[in-house]
Amino acid sequence: MQAFDYHPVTSVSEAVALLAQGASGACLLNGGTDLLAQLKEGRRTANHVVDLKRIPELAEFRLPPEGGAWVGAAVTCRTLSRQAGWRNRFPGLHDATHLIGGVQIQGRATVAGNLCNASPAADSVPALVVHGARVHLAGPAGRRIVPVAGFCIAPGRTILARDEMVVAIEIPPLPAEFGAAYLRFTPRNEMDIAVAGAAVAVDLDGEGSHYRSVRVALGAVGPTVIEVERITARLAGRPVAEVSFDEIAALARAAARPITDMRGTSAQRQHLAGVLTVRALRLAISRARRTQAASPTGDYL
Amino acid sequence: MTPRKKTVLEFTLNGEPRAVLCEPQQTLLAVLRDELHLTGTKEGCSNGNCGACNVLLDGVLVNSCLILALEVQGRGVLTVEGLARPDGTLHPLQQAFLDHAALQCGICTPGFLLSAKALLDENPTPTESQVRYWLAGNLCRCTGYDKIVRAVLDVARSQSAAHATPPPVSPA
Ligand code: FES
Ligand code: FES
Repeated sequence: MQAFDYHPVTSVSEAVALLAQGASGACLLNGGTDLLAQLKEGRRTANHVVDLKRIPELAEFRLPPEGGAWVGAAVTCRTLSRQAGWRNRFPGLHDATHLIGGVQIQGRATVAGNLCNASPAADSVPALVVHGARVHLAGPAGRRIVPVAGFCIAPGRTILARDEMVVAIEIPPLPAEFGAAYLRFTPRNEMDIAVAGAAVAVDLDGEGSHYRSVRVALGAVGPTVIEVERITARLAGRPVAEVSFDEIAALARAAARPITDMRGTSAQRQHLAGVLTVRALRLAISRARRTQAASPTGDYL
Repeated sequence: MTPRKKTVLEFTLNGEPRAVLCEPQQTLLAVLRDELHLTGTKEGCSNGNCGACNVLLDGVLVNSCLILALEVQGRGVLTVEGLARPDGTLHPLQQAFLDHAALQCGICTPGFLLSAKALLDENPTPTESQVRYWLAGNLCRCTGYDKIVRAVLDVARSQSAAHATPPPVSPA
């Protein structure tokens, strides 16, 4: 690997100061599962590597009594999966954090890192979007909060300024009749990168018979996550039985803008966008009705 | 390129305090193998895909090829060299891998052993499907995985049986 200086900082201000000084030669190291692979392959260069994992604020994970969650930027996917509150309260996010890499990748990888790496195929991003998650950023001028939707602007690129960093991801309180799911298609069951993915969140009325609101976000079928606003508009306030799954799949397919690459063809991805959206929607509905809690994907524990 | 400062890394390795000089860009895997000469931890892909380099970091399963050595400053690492007892008695998983012939060339074995230990530490009674999902990050070109899965399930069964068996009743 290329030579660099290593800075195990213990505060956000120290990290931001190093970023500001380091010009383009400073890289933030969080879980390292993307960064170290990129440095080894020469896809990125760094003169300074700023390790964030010793900043106490970034290690915070909280489930506030009023609902929602606070996930510090350095909280690993494995830490999240092991919290009963995470698995039960945010099954759609748990689907995603439980799918990234294998167990040993999850032991290091973080949701904030998955977001900042800005891969079009990032598993956690569609799930964060449908949960309405917000990103807390810190820079030399202070802090700001932005929605996850819109955070990634192109493959590998985010709205972060050069001297800005993510401090935490905040998930707002969820309604009582809420259900969510994230599903992806991969040739292998585990340890693979999504050919396409879909996250769905639903809020149903008290009887579980009507949609109050629905959000759908697609992964790996465009340069960044795609939110399918036409499904949101079509389903709001409608009886669940009224709108056919075929129609919903068609809306998802119409929103997808996939490319053909080594993982799949554009046509296959477009088809998958429809199939995965409907499957994730059905799972989200059954979770909202509390008729299905278990993960449909392989569970370790 | 300007030479970078070497730093002393102090950490606990297999229960023993260790100090070693290393460069910032050296991975934990490189320091274990090249500086400390503990070659039980293997290098396969070096990019997080094969699991040959797996170790436990404060009990958490990680790829040592994707960690800088300096990241483990002050922390505890367990490698395959730390599995057997000091008197040489093999860890039950090591014994089961031998009994089930769960290895051929053996390069994947240390990684599988650490992965399996992490699983049983967390879930002492996994189902076969849980074992297979947990081990998905470990690649083996030789065995076809089945014997490895059976070895792990066998250890899980015998350990839970040992816990379930009531203590022997002394003859009246
Ligand atoms: S050598 Fe680390 S995962 Fe392959
Ligand atoms: S025994 Fe040869 S790779 Fe597993």
